[in-house]
Amino acid sequence: MQKHVIEVEDMTVAYEEKPVLWDIDINIPKGVLMAIVGPNGAGKSTLIKAMLNLVKPISGKVLFNGLSYECQRRYIGYVPQRGSVDWDFPTSVLDVVLMGTYGKIGWIKRPGKKEKEKSLDAIKKVGMEEFVDRQISQLSGGQQQRVFLARALVQDADIYFMDEPFQGVDAKTERAIINILKELRLRGKTVIVVHHDLQTVKEYFDWVALLNTKLIQYGKVDEVFTDENLRITYGSTDRVLKGEV
Amino acid sequence: MTPQLEIVIIAVIVSAACSVLGVFLILRKMAMMTDAISHTILLGIVVAFFITESLTSPLLIIGAALVGLLTVYLTEALRRTRLMAEDSSIGIVFPFLFSIAIILITKYAGNIHLDVDSVLLGELVFVPFDRLIVLGRDIGAKSLYVMGTILFIDLLYVILFYKELKLVTFDAALAAVLGFSPIAIHYSLMGLVSITAVGAFEAVGSILVIAFMIGPPVSAYMITDKLRNMLILSTLIGIINSIIGYRLSVIFDVAIAGSIATVIGITFLIVFITAPKRGMLTIINSRRRRKIEYAMASLLLHLCNHENTDREEIESNRHSIYQHLNWSKKFLEKILYKALNLNYITLNNEYLKLTPKGREYAIRCYDDIGYSI
Repeated sequence: MQKHVIEVEDMTVAYEEKPVLWDIDINIPKGVLMAIVGPNGAGKSTLIKAMLNLVKPISGKVLFNGLSYECQRRYIGYVPQRGSVDWDFPTSVLDVVLMGTYGKIGWIKRPGKKEKEKSLDAIKKVGMEEFVDRQISQLSGGQQQRVFLARALVQDADIYFMDEPFQGVDAKTERAIINILKELRLRGKTVIVVHHDLQTVKEYFDWVALLNTKLIQYGKVDEVFTDENLRITYGSTDRVLKGEV
Repeated sequence: MTPQLEIVIIAVIVSAACSVLGVFLILRKMAMMTDAISHTILLGIVVAFFITESLTSPLLIIGAALVGLLTVYLTEALRRTRLMAEDSSIGIVFPFLFSIAIILITKYAGNIHLDVDSVLLGELVFVPFDRLIVLGRDIGAKSLYVMGTILFIDLLYVILFYKELKLVTFDAALAAVLGFSPIAIHYSLMGLVSITAVGAFEAVGSILVIAFMIGPPVSAYMITDKLRNMLILSTLIGIINSIIGYRLSVIFDVAIAGSIATVIGITFLIVFITAPKRGMLTIINSRRRRKIEYAMASLLLHLCNHENTDREEIESNRHSIYQHLNWSKKFLEKILYKALNLNYITLNNEYLKLTPKGREYAIRCYDDIGYSI
């Protein structure tokens, strides 16, 4: 039997009375690079947030390596949507990346030399070494996303959740990000990405989950990412073509 | 210690305590909440007073802190219904709790020292009259000790939990994922804001509490882009403002709290206009500079596009080019003057010609447009 790093069982999430996620069951094996795709409002971000305990589900549970989220917290990394934070916050690139080390440091203690070196390494890895002391409001969208990625790298997690890391970034950044994601997978990490661009799914990912409130299908891209399944996920192909996805 | 010195020291302590917490309130976009809390804590004081029948009991501070937290909680509960925005919910909760306090005071406590005016405006002048007597000895104004303790707790909190405050304020979701409860940080901060407000309001009144919690942090925010510097600057600005404000109130013989609040406002105005990076002057200047840069680039590109075409003569005539670009003559002259100076173009019998340097610059600008997104 294949070992699953993430098991989601019977998860339903609702805002007010409307269900956003309906009875989701997913088992994700170790070491996959998986995209979550689906139309707007399909609950993609909510699914990630519910797995991370940021949103409280009405029913269902999530297990990481067979254990609860609280026990596995330090093996889990998270990259929120770029737009979810205030980029005018008075802080520098290095400071934001350092935040990724806070989890291992724990309460009250401050990051030291070791954490700083680790952060600088990650910043180099995402190609931002020129901007270490730059105030974050002076970064372009792509650069901001790289900072977020560097911050995730220093978390040194086994399982990564990324909410639309390709949203509004330039082509160069997109390539840089996907290379890093693929490298993470090579190192045996599991990476779950909320993704918007259907055209790149086959090129970037090896697993995919098609979501539209209900989980339509999930599994290997070759097997699951079919026209038929996409049609079910997005409604008629008409709507896909009209750009309503 | 003279009463005057005591007044100044108390003002300085209050300003430091308020401006240091204020930094996080500003960054958490909760300025309006300060306004609410600094008033609603009165309800906590009144209720605690009815229970203890003493105006000096420490229960008053606890009561105030609890009502402060209640204010935050009710506001958020209202907002969570998604039926109204945060500012509207503050607008409902704050007057509601405050007016209950006012009714209780006017109905049942009319003859004690808890009148509405002193709550709003405070009266620093009277602060030295309230002495702390220990073992029969007068060891100074009571406010000095109360506020000193509160300042100590505030500073300790900010220093100990600096990293947590920063993380939760910048990215609450990541904080939660990493195991730093945003709710714990949020409510502990708001609890301290309430305690600081109640300690301060007796001395300086709630208006000055708000001024201290918002003015210096916002001024500091305009000047620096590092959180640590913002905390230090905010505290310094608060302290300097209260000293200047006090001096001015003596010179002009006006209310101290009013004088300090005015100085805070003026300080902000000066910073707002002259701050090096985010000030109004800088922004206007850089906007003007950018406008000229773009204009220069578009002039050069225009020339570049029509170079060696049959329309070149029409498009590069210095007397008609402003019509093609839809500029005023004066603006064109300005840009021309700059371009000639930088040796981007030459003037050849009324016709503008690109120099190799100008052509290179135009092409570079054109290429950059694709990357700047």
